[in-house]
Amino acid sequence: MSFTFRHLLGTEALTRDEITFLLDQSRAFQGIQKQPLKKLATLRGKSAVLAFFETSTRTRISFGTAAARLGADTMNLQAESSSTQKGESLVDTVRTLEAMKPDVIVIRHAASGAPHFVAERLGIPVINAGDGVHEHPTQGLLDALTISDRLGRLDGLDVTIVGDIRHSRVARSNIHVLSKFGCRITLCGPAMWLPPEITQIAPNIRLEPRLDRALPGAQVVMVLRVQTERLQEPALPADEYIRLYQMTPERLALARPDALLMHPGPMIRGLEIDPAVADSPQSCVLEQVTNGVAVRMAVLYLLTGGAPSGAAAG
Amino acid sequence: MLLIHNGRVLDPSKSFDGPADVLIEGERIARVGTKIEAPGAERLDASGLVVAPGFIDLHCHLREPGNEPAETIESGTRAAASGGFTAVCCMPNTQPVNDNASVTRFILDRAAAGACVRVWPIGAASKGSKGEGLAEIAAMKDAGIVAVTDDGRPIATAKLLRQVMEYARSLDLPVIEHSEDASLFAGGVMREGPTSVRLGLRGVPAAAESICVARDVQICALTGARLHVAHMSAKDSLELVRQAKRRGLPVTCEVTPHHFTLTDEDVVYDARYKMNPPLVSRDDREALLAGLADGSVDAIATDHAPHTQASKEVEFDRAPFGITGFETALGLALEALVHSGRAPLARVVELFTSGPARVLGKTRTIAEGEPADLTLFSTEHPWTFRAAESASKSRNTPFDGRSFRGAPMATVVAGRIVWQRKS
Repeated sequence: MSFTFRHLLGTEALTRDEITFLLDQSRAFQGIQKQPLKKLATLRGKSAVLAFFETSTRTRISFGTAAARLGADTMNLQAESSSTQKGESLVDTVRTLEAMKPDVIVIRHAASGAPHFVAERLGIPVINAGDGVHEHPTQGLLDALTISDRLGRLDGLDVTIVGDIRHSRVARSNIHVLSKFGCRITLCGPAMWLPPEITQIAPNIRLEPRLDRALPGAQVVMVLRVQTERLQEPALPADEYIRLYQMTPERLALARPDALLMHPGPMIRGLEIDPAVADSPQSCVLEQVTNGVAVRMAVLYLLTGGAPSGAAAG
Repeated sequence: MLLIHNGRVLDPSKSFDGPADVLIEGERIARVGTKIEAPGAERLDASGLVVAPGFIDLHCHLREPGNEPAETIESGTRAAASGGFTAVCCMPNTQPVNDNASVTRFILDRAAAGACVRVWPIGAASKGSKGEGLAEIAAMKDAGIVAVTDDGRPIATAKLLRQVMEYARSLDLPVIEHSEDASLFAGGVMREGPTSVRLGLRGVPAAAESICVARDVQICALTGARLHVAHMSAKDSLELVRQAKRRGLPVTCEVTPHHFTLTDEDVVYDARYKMNPPLVSRDDREALLAGLADGSVDAIATDHAPHTQASKEVEFDRAPFGITGFETALGLALEALVHSGRAPLARVVELFTSGPARVLGKTRTIAEGEPADLTLFSTEHPWTFRAAESASKSRNTPFDGRSFRGAPMATVVAGRIVWQRKS
């Protein structure tokens, strides 16, 4: 099959086959990370705009690295220094960027749906690098790649995601990817961060506010960052969160002995995760980061027409 | 003289529905009867059309003064006329706010100069609608307001609401409430539910409205003043209004066409689906339709809320609330209530005429001596709404391109044909 999407706005709209194809394509780029000379000429002469309207370090650097390794040039926009501070509208800002003739725009924005809004108005592919509390599709894909590398498969796994589910775009993107592979997903966190309606966005989702009931049987445990800056009010004192939800070695032991421990980063050691867990052999936090570059290379490559049409497989 | 002949006169205030001609002399109705001969009169052929009392819209935003790029009294009333409305009540959240008689007079002067339908201003309940001191309500009443409200937000506190209602009662003015609990609403952009969770848009629970309706009904009971619940959207609010009516309290309510047509499941990342109250759940929508059909709801009101393209074409979170609504109101009402078989046509006409008139303490009837305000419409005429062709200065509607069965065909205000459908 080939990848026919013009944009990557979310994982919700992707089919299982398309995800499999994207992961296969990513694997081709994983190998390159291990070589001493990591730069390809695949996208030489192409350019990508990295338009980050919300602060980000790791995702921006990851996309920048991915573009560089493919030989593409990048143009950076960061909200702090951009004209949005001067009152320019989003549509005017992105049309200005488009007029510089990039081949793709990678956008992160604090408003859910901003990449969709942009995609409807531009003639170039749009990659969502995280929109509000909606989706972070490349994170969902890199997590799937990491799981599949470590466990040899994605199908039918028991996955537990712990944290502020309500405000997590990482959770949503992972839910949409994993549910398509028949995974059973348990969402765990303080009740006000577990919207009951989320069980309706995909099949096989269970809510469980108690960690001791959410972990047994889990083959994958994802710990989310406590995103205090995205909450309108500090709904819960940090000490309460630590008391009930911090991932400690004792708690992780409730999951399967070989369970993977994942975290999208940045981690706050001592808040959502105990340092002993973060550094344990079960942790694949750094592999997630490495895989992020491969996945983003694959996405940039496929969306900028790096593959001749009809010959995109592999 | 104007003779409207061959029409089907439908007047819910008199439970009349039958063939009749209407003869107008000057600004008033001269005769209603069959086969009226009026040699020399201008004739308007209403064959196949319903001749109804003039439609009243209890809730619209004409944006003048202050936001003329979005709408003016002239453009807004032209849009109203092409929606079949003969009178519109404009909300006070202009710039400056209509909280004193000079703003009221300005609106009425502008209407006299350029409006093609009647403009009935609604005054602010509190100064600047800020929820602190009372506005100059008696002076505004003398200038011509028909009700008070702090629309855009609820009257801030129960204490202020009580004072407003006591005072409004003494002046025989209804108090219109935009019922909303600010703390539950905080930052919300759509109704809370599976769609808001899926889209990652901040949701507002239905209780944000019904909690405030409960408060408002309690203060109504305390003061005896007339309470009208604006753009009511939740099943629980409707239940509270029903209970209040059963208790004999002077409580009325209105529902907008978009709330009885669309649901939160229709919301996409497009600010034409962003309004306040937000689009409701299917359950709520069903309840509203039932309330419209059974008489619990008193009026259909548009909440016509024009916004410039530039202000609406932004991220969903940042866009202002509101959609335009005059021209699609009747088409949507016919679709949801009449063609679906939920309610008889007379009920829909009542929701646009004697229903809203009653809220304002007015009457709306086709009889000798009455003001010659009439709405002629077809229940069958097929047409497609094109926002680009709207008389409104704004285009912010999710109904652009929607096809309808049934349409307003001509609007008569004070004996004059102010609008007629071209095709």
